[in-house]
Amino acid sequence: MVRLSISRHWREKGAYYRLEGIECLDCGKRSYPPAPVCPHCGSRNVRRVKLPRTGRLLSYTITYSIPEGFREYAPVMLGLIELDDGTRLVSQLTDTKPEELRENMRVEAVLRRVQVDGEYGLIHYALKFRPHRPGGRKE
Amino acid sequence: MESKVYVIGVGLTRIARLYDKGLTDLFAEASLKALEDAGWPEVDAVVVGSMLPSIHNEQSSLASLLAQSLPYTRGKMAVGVEDADNSGLAAVIKGYSLIASGLAKTVLVAGVEKMTEYPSAMAIRALSQACNAQHELFHGATLISLQALLMRLYMNTYGIDRDTMSAWPVLMHSNASENPYAQLRFKVTKEQVASSMMVSDPIRLLDSSPIGDGAAAIVLAASDAAGSRNNAVEIAAVAQASDTVGIAYREDPLRLLAAEKAARTAYEKAGIKARDLDVVELHDTTTILGLLGLEALGLSPRGKAAVMVDEGEFSSKSKPSVNLSGGLKARGHPAGATGVYQAAEIALQLRGDYPGRRAPDPEMGLALGLGGLGSTASIIVMRR
Repeated sequence: MVRLSISRHWREKGAYYRLEGIECLDCGKRSYPPAPVCPHCGSRNVRRVKLPRTGRLLSYTITYSIPEGFREYAPVMLGLIELDDGTRLVSQLTDTKPEELRENMRVEAVLRRVQVDGEYGLIHYALKFRPHRPGGRKE
Repeated sequence: MESKVYVIGVGLTRIARLYDKGLTDLFAEASLKALEDAGWPEVDAVVVGSMLPSIHNEQSSLASLLAQSLPYTRGKMAVGVEDADNSGLAAVIKGYSLIASGLAKTVLVAGVEKMTEYPSAMAIRALSQACNAQHELFHGATLISLQALLMRLYMNTYGIDRDTMSAWPVLMHSNASENPYAQLRFKVTKEQVASSMMVSDPIRLLDSSPIGDGAAAIVLAASDAAGSRNNAVEIAAVAQASDTVGIAYREDPLRLLAAEKAARTAYEKAGIKARDLDVVELHDTTTILGLLGLEALGLSPRGKAAVMVDEGEFSSKSKPSVNLSGGLKARGHPAGATGVYQAAEIALQLRGDYPGRRAPDPEMGLALGLGGLGSTASIIVMRR
């Protein structure tokens, strides 16, 4: 009984498609997803920035206990990623195999299908992360 | 001046896949036991902690609905508390606040949850609503897989191996084997933990709390309403704190900041230190959250909890004894009901009539409840 909402997804387009986060003009730290105040120092003096699309895997997991709606991606590979500017995020890992995952592995953002709302509903896309391919095809 | 608050009665149901019992059945069973234990006082308010009824049972207005199943509650205050899988202890603190502020003299607090109405994939998704829906669950993350990210990070950061981590579930199952209310009443070995099904690498089935139904209730009363009940247990302090929903925002993902802050506040209010605690119930959705909880409460230096458990600390012979119920791991984790189980278990330990393994003559007890990965923390300290 997963119901995907058009407006809920559309509001997040900056974060989902362009990897937009915020930069705090007071403490200098960057955060993802975007928030009205800096989660680190509480300042309201923040601006939207596009975050770098490459980083490294701080931690990862391969999930066999699949939540409803994600069966086609089983086993779901998930990463805690630190982007090149130090911003962290949680994202799905794609275009790789469980046995290829390593801590500190270089990864890059790539647009992929995330959820499908039944046969006639929406197909939701967003950025996932795959092993970095230096000089590889640009997405 | 805040009024002192006492626990004057407790009631529990066994946690299991109880297909023949609904929310009302479970609530009434636990609540009537608690009211009987308290000597059938007149209650001014019913507070219900629960997380999933709006998803699994299509039911809001839960507290009023459930209060209908008790005698003499019509017209009384009935209020629900939802704080993810920390709802139970948040409800206890709501009940405490009603009495401490003078709004009520006697309060029934119950936690109730039906986890087994649908297949597990739906229960996992529902329970995972404790995490960030738009930026964690959207990507297929769950409450368990996010903890797997922390477990791997913990093992790498502190150089802890699988064998050492397994000491936690072994201790939890050993404790639960003597708890008549526990869902998983059997012992396991480290070898069984290490070879159990992989749920979310490195979390295995025996690292993870089971899915089960249950209800727990306690009766709270102000000093004058508690009267001369000789098994009344005093609540010495309560505290709550919050942290980011979403582990990516946290400067150090291996610190449960909300639990640390709530512990500091609670210790100060109760005038104690961590080393004064005799008996503790804490929130181990999986092994890693149990270990991080020990560290946040100041019962272990950072990065050392797994080794201390493996060396035999925190058992029924230790000070403090931790999770003599078996914890979420083996007593079970009926989400929003769990915190009320914890509060009831600490009260029973301090009364000296806990039906399972007992701490040696405990005087000071603490329960720690967490929402999700510690985005909320509730602490209650009780004194005999």
